[in-house]
Amino acid sequence: MNRLSLFGLLRLVINRDLMLAMRRRADVLTTLIFFVMVVSLFPLGVGPELGMLRKMAPGVVWVAALLASMLSLGRMFSADYLDGTLEQMLLAPQSLSVLVLGKILAHWMLSGLPLVLMAPVLGLQFDMSVQSLWVLIASLLLGTPVLSMIGAVGAALTLGLRGGGVLVSLLVLPLCIPVLIFGTGAVEAVASGMSVASHLSLLGALLVLALVFTPWVTAQALRISME
Amino acid sequence: MLEINNLACTRGDHQLFSGLSFSLSAGELLQVQGENGKGKTSLLRMLCGFLAPAAGEIRWRGQDIRDLDEEYYAEMVYLGHLNAIKDELNALENLRISAGLAGCEVDDKQVIAALRHMGLRGRETLPVKVLSQGQRRRVALARLLVGNAPLWILDEPLTALDVGAVGLMQELIGTHLAKNGMVIFTTHQPLEVAGVETRRLTLS
Repeated sequence: MNRLSLFGLLRLVINRDLMLAMRRRADVLTTLIFFVMVVSLFPLGVGPELGMLRKMAPGVVWVAALLASMLSLGRMFSADYLDGTLEQMLLAPQSLSVLVLGKILAHWMLSGLPLVLMAPVLGLQFDMSVQSLWVLIASLLLGTPVLSMIGAVGAALTLGLRGGGVLVSLLVLPLCIPVLIFGTGAVEAVASGMSVASHLSLLGALLVLALVFTPWVTAQALRISME
Repeated sequence: MLEINNLACTRGDHQLFSGLSFSLSAGELLQVQGENGKGKTSLLRMLCGFLAPAAGEIRWRGQDIRDLDEEYYAEMVYLGHLNAIKDELNALENLRISAGLAGCEVDDKQVIAALRHMGLRGRETLPVKVLSQGQRRRVALARLLVGNAPLWILDEPLTALDVGAVGLMQELIGTHLAKNGMVIFTTHQPLEVAGVETRRLTLS
């Protein structure tokens, strides 16, 4: 019997979550459809004035992405909690943090990555320039994993609580504000002809920081929730 | 091997038990008895490290399990009330994943052999949601066959099992004890293993 390596564990958890999501596609589509609907409603609501649309585009896309990522947070650990798999995960002899990192990455692939891929199409509705679209993709690519990671901490802390869904939004949304500011800031900077490097590097720094700390914090929060 | 010293458990303001001491060495079988609500499950969850003891300590090979952490988890299997299997996956996938979480890399041949041993021949690739309660429990129990951890902690392993499967469980526990394993379990059904004396611990 071979011992599973840490990388093997990471792969196993990601594969498992992706496989489960493929057998329950409705959950994944809900997030994406919500995102598309919210963003598409704005041009209809505020009218076809291109100058205004161009100006508000990054904010609308980013806020919609933030809200869409909140939608799927409740499901991150709750199914595993209810059927007892989470107990077994806490008893995993390898690192629980690595296991949690696997779950976060799978969550991002299912709820963050589709948004990143869909964003340029939605950006066209707001008459964004090609350059702005590229920066929007880059900022979402750096920012959405941070949303999943901060969200994981909130989801773990509110596990098993009644009304946990509302609580997790109250807990997580304020912490996501820096991501929102730098994400929209990058797109606004390129639209007004300034350098985007500072905004994107700050987003990257947030990503690295979250990558280092949140899996461990989430693991501790899960242990507390299990008592 | 496993030593419990002066253990106490409180849930809220209510004290479930206190001053509990026992030890378990290789080849021993321990049944935890007690009426409903006397803290059997809490004791087993404490042995898994899910609950922190209100007082006392749990030692594995002489060291506190809180300090050992992942080293201890590599040497134990816990089977709780919940089966920890996913309805959307089939028995094969479920078992491969739970073996992976327990740190073992297993191939399909071992997994299929374990499932067949548990009497699930022909059910390996059916989604678990179409299986009966007893069959789901068998899928969960098959996890005992793919690992090689010496300490088994089983919370009501016999729920939903038929007479044949109970016999199978007795045989499984017997083989495990013969290989110097240790088993702690709770049950409200009679479970006797041939040639092994069952030690009993009553919580009251």
